[in-house]
Amino acid sequence: MIKIVKRDQPSKTIFFFTPVLAIFLTLVAGGLIFFILGFKPFEALKFFFIVPIADKYGFSELLLKATPLCLIAIGLSFCFKSNNWNIGAEGQLTFGAIVSGGVALLFYDQEGFYILPIVILAGAIGGIIYASIPAILKTYFNTNEILVSLMLVYVSKLILDYLVVGPWSNPEGFNFPETRQFSESARLPLLFEGLRIHAGIFLALAAVVISWFVFYKTYLGFQMKVSGFSLKTAKYAGYKGKKMIILVFLISGACAGLAGVGEITGPIGQLHREVSPDYGFTAIIVAFLGRLHPVGIIFASLVVAITYLGAETAQIFMQIPKYTGQVFQGMILFFLLASDYLLFFKFKFIGSKK
Amino acid sequence: MHKFLIRSFVSSLVLLFTLTVAAIAKDVKAAFVYIGPTGDHGWTYQHDVGRKAVEAAGFKTTYVEGVPESADAERVLRQLANSGHDIIFTTSFGYMNPTNKVAKEFPNVKFEHATGYKREHPNVATYAARFYEGRTILGTIAGTMTKSNVIGYVASFPIPEVIRGINSFTLAAQKVNPNIKTKIVWAFTWYDPGKEAEAAKALIDQGADVIAQHTDSTAIVQMAEKAGVYAFGQASDMDKFAPKAVLTSVENNWGPYYVDRVKAVANGTWNQKDTWHGIGDGMVVISGLDSQMPSDLQAKVKKLQADLASGKVHSFTGPIYDQKGNLMVAEGKTADDGMLAGMMTYVKGVEGDIPK
Repeated sequence: MIKIVKRDQPSKTIFFFTPVLAIFLTLVAGGLIFFILGFKPFEALKFFFIVPIADKYGFSELLLKATPLCLIAIGLSFCFKSNNWNIGAEGQLTFGAIVSGGVALLFYDQEGFYILPIVILAGAIGGIIYASIPAILKTYFNTNEILVSLMLVYVSKLILDYLVVGPWSNPEGFNFPETRQFSESARLPLLFEGLRIHAGIFLALAAVVISWFVFYKTYLGFQMKVSGFSLKTAKYAGYKGKKMIILVFLISGACAGLAGVGEITGPIGQLHREVSPDYGFTAIIVAFLGRLHPVGIIFASLVVAITYLGAETAQIFMQIPKYTGQVFQGMILFFLLASDYLLFFKFKFIGSKK
Repeated sequence: MHKFLIRSFVSSLVLLFTLTVAAIAKDVKAAFVYIGPTGDHGWTYQHDVGRKAVEAAGFKTTYVEGVPESADAERVLRQLANSGHDIIFTTSFGYMNPTNKVAKEFPNVKFEHATGYKREHPNVATYAARFYEGRTILGTIAGTMTKSNVIGYVASFPIPEVIRGINSFTLAAQKVNPNIKTKIVWAFTWYDPGKEAEAAKALIDQGADVIAQHTDSTAIVQMAEKAGVYAFGQASDMDKFAPKAVLTSVENNWGPYYVDRVKAVANGTWNQKDTWHGIGDGMVVISGLDSQMPSDLQAKVKKLQADLASGKVHSFTGPIYDQKGNLMVAEGKTADDGMLAGMMTYVKGVEGDIPK
């Protein structure tokens, strides 16, 4: 007989094992879906997860795709660890892109080493400004940060729409909804000739290192952890909650804003209506799949990035609808949440009684 | 014996020739990049109908749907160029810069970009359709069928393509009914059924009894069906979605062009050009006319269609005035393509301002 028993304490091994289990279950379920759709499951999975990264170019594209996801997810982990539910990273990314893009456009006909740092800084500030809205409303007016941050996503997209259609549209562009191309000095340098991977990856790596240090080596990290477990305990311990809430939001906003900078000054090179294919939302999956751990997030961002690339390859070579990529992302999150059950419960095998 | 030899020699030559042509033809692979899902029953759907025509002509095709205009477009293009495709059609405006960028890296692959204006490399061609000719027909029908003399128009983005459509529609409607007014709602989207339906509803509430659209979903014709007003299908024949409301549709017919261009690659005759085809070349097709239209209107429309096709009638024939009453095109003259390509002012009779 099998009995389900509640664990006294969540198991630490299982805490880091469930993401692996979730990915495995996603592969099995994905293979099953391919089979039902009439595709050879192993071949489909090969085109989904191996072919896209089989060469140098493919691998560089994987890193390019994972960079914004990793950067945003690191930022989000500051919020999520401390019980602050910032769902609006997409908006912070967009606003960061708007501010940095605006600065880049000011310098559109100029060259100079000083331009790029200003553009990057502007993006971080944009993200910070935008994240401060839900943070301040939460701390001083007790609003729900989930709703505020989510709604602000749509506001930011409308602002971007307005700017690229109207005042910032390319004067030589027949009024099409896009800005001028940025000057070379406002573009992040490419790391290798012929590949799109750019210096933005160092921003993501720096965020990983800094976050690890903050989480595990600083007083702030400890505060965040305690607040995450129990807000009451944090209050009892005398932590100044408001300061911490605002701080984690600002860090999160800065990371999302920098991800926006990476997109527009990296591969895109201008502002238009679609600077991000919802990286800010997908990064939420990445953050949880990575267990809010900096190293975990690196792996998670690579896994999720590959679902984007794989979906394209699978459509090109096997005519599998590209939207299966989103199905895979959904399944990963679903199986992760489902297998979290194992954190708190365990199966006990009991011999049948005589 | 001689005859037999010659005959078999000739026939084997013919056979060899057909085989080679067939082999060359079969070897060319075409790829299509779509902004939306192939099942949108609008823009992407019609491009996919065109792709199927290329398949039917004996060529292999590949497509990738739902490719965002973000940094992802460039990767998809590069992957298609890298995997043995000889010609790649990029079917949305936002692919313009990635198309030109990737074209530079793959000089042996031909790129065809829809609705754009940049041809930075010899292997990039552009193509678009003179949809405004279709809108001349719709305007004629709308001006005749309206009772309230208010015609609604759901527009997407204030770009020349859309402004041109509004103007051509309004001019044609005025010609048959000088009292009409065209009211515009800007949806700022190409495809968003919710927003489009709302826009249509707002126009109906303001008294519009005929709704035209320059967005891609079927939501507007369905809203018109519910409200009991007339509408026109966009991009594909939308009659089955709103049989009472839809009077006719303007269909985007890309197939002939696609087959032509892929064949040109196979024959080695592909060249860079900017194509802008209308009703005459069959790129713009008017669907069947609804029986609710009086027979004299149907006859008039048929004639107008033939005249637009032959070039006897031009959608923008003077005198044309702008909203302030300034002359845009003089009497007896027609607007040239340069003017059409950059058209950013409303003609007289359109209400409101172009959003800036």
